[in-house]
Amino acid sequence: MLRRLRDALPLLPFLAVVVIFLIIPTVTVIVSAFFADGAFSLARIEALFSGTALAALWKSVLLSASTALIGAFLGAVLAWLIVSSPPTSMVRRAVISLCSVLAQFGGVALAFAFLATIGLNGVLTLWVQQVFGWNLAGSGWLYSLTGLILVYTYFQIPLMVIVFVPALEGLREQWREAAVSLGASTWRYWREVAVPLLTPAFLGSALLLFANAFAAYATAAALVSQGSPILPLLIRAALTSEVVLGQSGFAYALALEMIIVVAVVMVAYNALVRRTARWLR
Amino acid sequence: MRRRTLGGKVFRAMLWVAFGLFFLFPLYAMADFSTRNLISGGRTMQAWQNLIADEALYQSIVISLLLAGFTVVAMLLVLVPTMIWVRLRTPWAKGMVEFLCLLPLTIPALVIVVGLRNVYLWVTYFLGESALTLTFVYVVLVLPFAYRAIDAALAAIDLKTLAEAARSLGAGWATTILRVVVPNIWSGILSAAFISIAVVLGEYTIASLSGYQTLQVQIVQIGKTDGPTSVAASLAVLLFGFVLLLVLSLLTRGRRRATVENVVQPGVAA
Repeated sequence: MLRRLRDALPLLPFLAVVVIFLIIPTVTVIVSAFFADGAFSLARIEALFSGTALAALWKSVLLSASTALIGAFLGAVLAWLIVSSPPTSMVRRAVISLCSVLAQFGGVALAFAFLATIGLNGVLTLWVQQVFGWNLAGSGWLYSLTGLILVYTYFQIPLMVIVFVPALEGLREQWREAAVSLGASTWRYWREVAVPLLTPAFLGSALLLFANAFAAYATAAALVSQGSPILPLLIRAALTSEVVLGQSGFAYALALEMIIVVAVVMVAYNALVRRTARWLR
Repeated sequence: MRRRTLGGKVFRAMLWVAFGLFFLFPLYAMADFSTRNLISGGRTMQAWQNLIADEALYQSIVISLLLAGFTVVAMLLVLVPTMIWVRLRTPWAKGMVEFLCLLPLTIPALVIVVGLRNVYLWVTYFLGESALTLTFVYVVLVLPFAYRAIDAALAAIDLKTLAEAARSLGAGWATTILRVVVPNIWSGILSAAFISIAVVLGEYTIASLSGYQTLQVQIVQIGKTDGPTSVAASLAVLLFGFVLLLVLSLLTRGRRRATVENVVQPGVAA
């Protein structure tokens, strides 16, 4: 036992960093949601059921679910296109790299990409105005939930590609050959072999996309500077102005709500992935 | 691969074009928008010159690059010895280390920043008020990606034999790690560093809500008055990240676990 402890000493710097900058903040959020001014209180949790908070939660769920569905379907198609091109090709590397950047590191830049495209003076807006005379940017829909859905698909599809490509690569060529040599048509192979095998991975990926959109902040924050239609932006409002809804420390309760939603989704995701792992690799 | 029918080929080509338009047009629009002269028409490079000429923007670029550098160094100092040590001496802790490294994927950055206030009161008390103190929390943010990159490299070498050989020839632990193991996992270290740089340069959530002026925070601020400059800076960051990951994908050729898509996975289980 003592030897074990001595052996574990070199792990201390790592553990210190993780505990101080990840565990403590998370625990702070969870605890502070239930404590106000040093005493146990459900006031902050109760505020989650106010109209503003419920509306933000609902819109967040709507945004995450719709972009997860769109992203999962289109992303799966794009992933299939990529996987069926030769693995060494430069095109494939470039597409995967672009997908990784857009999915994981884009953030604020994606908001500006769409402002430059279909914003008030956007390139596409001006073109369409010249050619057809329509006003694409009219009524400022880009800054509403519809706009967020469009901008979110711009990182959800690439994310689906990254998540789904490994699953598609797990489909072995031999399985198709076996099906075909037993007399199956390509259509039948897809319907009775490939799709049933891929379904858990597809659903799992869709859940991952949901969690990703639900927790995303940067893109929405850069796009919507006024008001707080979705949960992450309500958290911003609660953080930057100390008192929202007459409730200080409200940000803790909202962050706890976010932890819970993401955790539930991730547990379901894990269950599905375990099913996929049986045949993958 | 398989033979394809003509109809199938046309269908695939159409899909490529549709996806290509959806993803490349906004990038093209950024290039167009950032070089447009809004006042007199025609082209201007003013927005791109602002990246250096605009004092506040230039300062924020310097800060973000410094942060990226510090984060890479700190991440390597914390992670590489830990991962080597875990494999050699404390295999029982491997599961825990992996779990902790991948944990930031399930805890949103927004949640971390909400709970971070008290921690940072102490950090700024000891180290002073500087955007560079973000290094600590950024190390946590890059852990999942860095862990996977380095883990794939470590799995590809015979670490035990290497370390035993070095130790039996009289090398201390520092020498063993720095001069024997590290040269053998260069590709993993490079991957980890590249991805960390991409994460830090793109990070907005924690910096903005902690009130520090990093590049992304400055981009949003400038965007309220000077669209083209913000768009130019955004495009520059995206392209820089793209080049980093493209180089990475060429470096990790042929090693399945170390490919870009496997390292930047947002999923935890496997």
